[in-house]
Amino acid sequence: MGKVFLEVVDPWVNWDWVSRHIPLFEDALLQHVRLTVVAVVVGFLLSLPLGVAAYRWRLFRNPILAVFGIFYTIPSVALFAFLVPYTGLSETTAEVGLIGYTVLILVRNVLVGLESVPPDVIDAADGMGYRPVARLLRIEIPLALPAIFAGIRIATVTTIGLVTITAIIGLGGAGQLIYQGLILNFHTPLVVGTALSIALAFIADGALLVAQRLSVPWARTA
Amino acid sequence: MAFLGDVLMWFTDHANWSGENGIPQRLAEHVQISAESVLIAAVVALPLGVALGHFGRFGDLAINISNVGRALPSIAIIIIAFQIFGLGDTPIVICLVALAIPPMVTNSYVALREVDPDIKEAARGMGFRGLAQLLRVELPLVVPLVMAGIRTSAVQVVATATLAALIGGGGFGRYVFDGLALRDYTTLFAGAVLVAALAMATELSLSGLERLLVPRGIRVLRAPASARAATFKTA
Repeated sequence: MGKVFLEVVDPWVNWDWVSRHIPLFEDALLQHVRLTVVAVVVGFLLSLPLGVAAYRWRLFRNPILAVFGIFYTIPSVALFAFLVPYTGLSETTAEVGLIGYTVLILVRNVLVGLESVPPDVIDAADGMGYRPVARLLRIEIPLALPAIFAGIRIATVTTIGLVTITAIIGLGGAGQLIYQGLILNFHTPLVVGTALSIALAFIADGALLVAQRLSVPWARTA
Repeated sequence: MAFLGDVLMWFTDHANWSGENGIPQRLAEHVQISAESVLIAAVVALPLGVALGHFGRFGDLAINISNVGRALPSIAIIIIAFQIFGLGDTPIVICLVALAIPPMVTNSYVALREVDPDIKEAARGMGFRGLAQLLRVELPLVVPLVMAGIRTSAVQVVATATLAALIGGGGFGRYVFDGLALRDYTTLFAGAVLVAALAMATELSLSGLERLLVPRGIRVLRAPASARAATFKTA
């Protein structure tokens, strides 16, 4: 009976409530973007040297992939729960997990990109007198950029989704609205939070696609 | 260190191994709901991905479904399904099936598209037609990548099933969310250990199954499958 009653008085979106709580959504979105940007940027800064190391020194390749592969298998809920006793309900707890997950996605794509550079190109670069570091910076990394960009897009969209789960440790950005929708048994923040998170993912993906087209115009892959 | 001792004590406490909130019962709930969801998703997704890949139709749909799947917040789907269907397993299974379908469709589509055209031509030259070519030549070749898709989905389903406890469901998520609610970090940590162990066990056992299912003739091709399969994480 309670259910039927609720559906009568609680529409999926109460526009009046929405219009009176714009600052709440702004704060949620801001936190969502901040958590995502930190995770992707730090993850990228870590994964570029790791990916290059795995490419240059075969010895590191499988251990690096294995360690982060295992880390990636750990469910985020479990990972946040592991950290809470040590780092509390904090952004540190959220970021350790989010950064770790981005690193695996990005290292794999950096590696795939570098390994896809044709041997002929490397021979030609050597023949032109490129030293290893210059060859890496001016030949191999530019040729790996399409794969690296693909990784950044996957990592960004994945992170935007995972940020919502940090709602269980008091963060979550739009995920906090989703969670409050459950706690308060009130549909509007649930629907708005879901829409914000999905919209953010699509906008970020689109923006990165444009950035990719502009900076790597020779690779027209979606 | 004292804290980890408490966690160890929790695991050795007989009370945590029996009854409705005991580890065996929670394990059974977690595995049952995950297995059901993966099976339903496989029945829907694999024929779809294989058909799309075989006929080479709707490629954008097959690829983009994974991108859409990544963008959907699992916690939102499970809560919205709960608001619609109420208590019980239904909302959980719906959410898990929805999240498990995209990687399976994309991986089986990509696998079928990547079958070497020379091999298809050779098959036709040997007299294989339509369905026979698909079943006896193409499908054995795509087992590694299709299995990688199933494995990715299954690990994510096990991970996401943890969220069932948010809407009154069972499984190992119970320990995590009860621990969080009561600030009982011992139970929280123990629950996390169990969830992570189950995800790892899923990954390992499906890798083993994959090894058994891959025809001996194409073992050499097996290694790149996990590298080529797109990463996917929903929880």
